[in-house]
Amino acid sequence: MKKAKTLKELKEATWQELPIGTINLDAGNSLNNFTGTWRSGKKPIFKKENCIHCLFCWVYCPDSAIIVKDGKMVDIDYNYCKGCGICEVECPSKPKSIEMVKEELTFS
Amino acid sequence: MSSKIVTLNGNLAIAEAIRQINPDVVAAYPITPSTSIVEAVAQYVADGVIDSEFVCPESEHSAMSVCIGAAAAGGRVTTATASQGLALMWEMLYIAAGLRLPIVAAIVNRSLSAPINIHGDHSDTMGARDSGWIQIYSENAQEAYDNFIQAFKIAEHPDVRTPVMVTFDGFIISHSLETMRIEDDEEVKEFVGEYFPIYPLLDTETPITAGPIDFTDFYFEHKRSQLEGIENAPKVIEEVGKEFGKRFGRAYGFFEEYKMEDAEVAILLMSSAAGTAKETVDELREKGKKVGLIKLRVFRPFPAQKLAESLAKVKAVAVLDRATSPGAQGAPLFIETRSALFDYPKRPKIINYIYGLGGRDITPQHFHEVYAELERIVHTGKVEQYYGYINLRE
Repeated sequence: MKKAKTLKELKEATWQELPIGTINLDAGNSLNNFTGTWRSGKKPIFKKENCIHCLFCWVYCPDSAIIVKDGKMVDIDYNYCKGCGICEVECPSKPKSIEMVKEELTFS
Repeated sequence: MSSKIVTLNGNLAIAEAIRQINPDVVAAYPITPSTSIVEAVAQYVADGVIDSEFVCPESEHSAMSVCIGAAAAGGRVTTATASQGLALMWEMLYIAAGLRLPIVAAIVNRSLSAPINIHGDHSDTMGARDSGWIQIYSENAQEAYDNFIQAFKIAEHPDVRTPVMVTFDGFIISHSLETMRIEDDEEVKEFVGEYFPIYPLLDTETPITAGPIDFTDFYFEHKRSQLEGIENAPKVIEEVGKEFGKRFGRAYGFFEEYKMEDAEVAILLMSSAAGTAKETVDELREKGKKVGLIKLRVFRPFPAQKLAESLAKVKAVAVLDRATSPGAQGAPLFIETRSALFDYPKRPKIINYIYGLGGRDITPQHFHEVYAELERIVHTGKVEQYYGYINLRE
C-alpha cells in the first residue's frame, strides 16, 4: 500500500489530503509533541539523597516520565510529566524522595 | 446447497445471513426484539458452524465499542440491537462513522422510552439519523436478508468505508414467519467477497493511531473528509443493488415505486406498512383511482433528487412517518421530502401523518382515509392541516 503523508507533513493539509478516518500515520510523533506542557500546576522534585531506588515511582507513573538508568532512578522527564503526583504518594522512602511543588506553567 | 425457499422470521433471516458471511467478530447485547438474532449467532458459534469471535459484553455501549475496536484492528464486524440498545450506543455510533469503520448493524426498529414499550416504530433509528451511518429500511424478512448482505459490500467499498445499519420493524417483521428465499452459501460468500481493511491496527509494518485528539487545527478537515464516504455511497448503493439483482433476481434501488406511472396522488413511507399500503393501492386502482405509493429504502444518504423527480409528477403527497421530531416542522421523512421538493417549480401539495408509534396498527381502512384526504386536497387545491395522526384516539 502506498504510504500516505504523515500528519507532520500535512500541517497545512486540505481535507482532501488527510488519510481516511482520522488515522495518524506519524508513529512516534509524541517525540515531537511535549505533553508535559499541560502539566497540572504542580511538578515533582526529585530528592536524590533520600532515594532507595525501589522504582515504585517508575512502576506507578501512568506516563513514562521517570527516567531510570542502570536500575536506578535518575530524574523526572518534564517533557511528559503531567503532575498527577502519584509518584509522591507511592514513594516509600522516609523522608520522601519525591515532593510535589507548585509551578507556573508557560504554554507553548 | 443451493438457493431455497424457507419459512423464517426477520431475525432468523438476519442470523442466516450472518452464518453465510461468517464475519470475524460479532459483538452484541440482547434486547427485545433483536434478541433472537444474537441467540442464533451465539448458537452457530457454540456449534462450530461459524468461526466468528462472539463477544457478549455488559451493554450495547460496550458492544459497539468492541465492534469499533475489532473493525479498527481490521476485522469484518457486525452487531444487532434495537431501541434503548441503539440509544445506549449513541456516542459510539458517531465514533464508528468518524473512524470510517465499515461495521454492519441489524437494527430491529422499536419505540423509545418513556413510556416503555417493546413494539415497532422508527424512533430509535431516526434518533441515529445524523450519526453518520448509512440507513437502509426493509419492508419484510426477505428485504432485511437481502439488504443485510448488500450492506457489507456497500460499507466496505473503498470509496464509502462507512458503517451501515439495516433496519426492519420490530415484531411485525422480526417475529413474523414469512416465506422467503435464502441464497446459496457459496454464492452469498462470493457476492460479499473478501474484505480488505485500510490501515488495520494489526498491521505492525504500518503503525498507526486511530481516533487521536484533534483540536481546532484538524477537526474541521477530518469531519469534512468523513462526509465524503456517505456522499460517495449513492453510486455504490445503486451498483450493489443492481449486482444483487443480476445474481439473485431481486434488484434494489433507493426506493420502490408502486403504480406511480400515472398516479395523481401518492403516499411515501418506509418499512413494513408498505405491504398494507400496496393492498390499498390495488383496491383503489380497481375502482379506477389514480393512486400510487413510494416505499423509501435508503434514508441516509437521502436520495433527494431522485425522490423529488418521482414525486413532482403527482398533485398531492402524504408522507407517513413512524416517528416524531418534537418541535420540528413535521417528522423526519416529511422534513427531508418537503425540503427535496422545494426547488421544483411544479411541486405537489404535501402533508404529514404520524402513524404506528409503539406498534399501533395501521390498516387498509387508514390508507383509504389518507388517499381520500389527498383526493380532497387535489379537488379543493387546499391543505387544511399539514400535520396529523393516524389511528390515534383524539
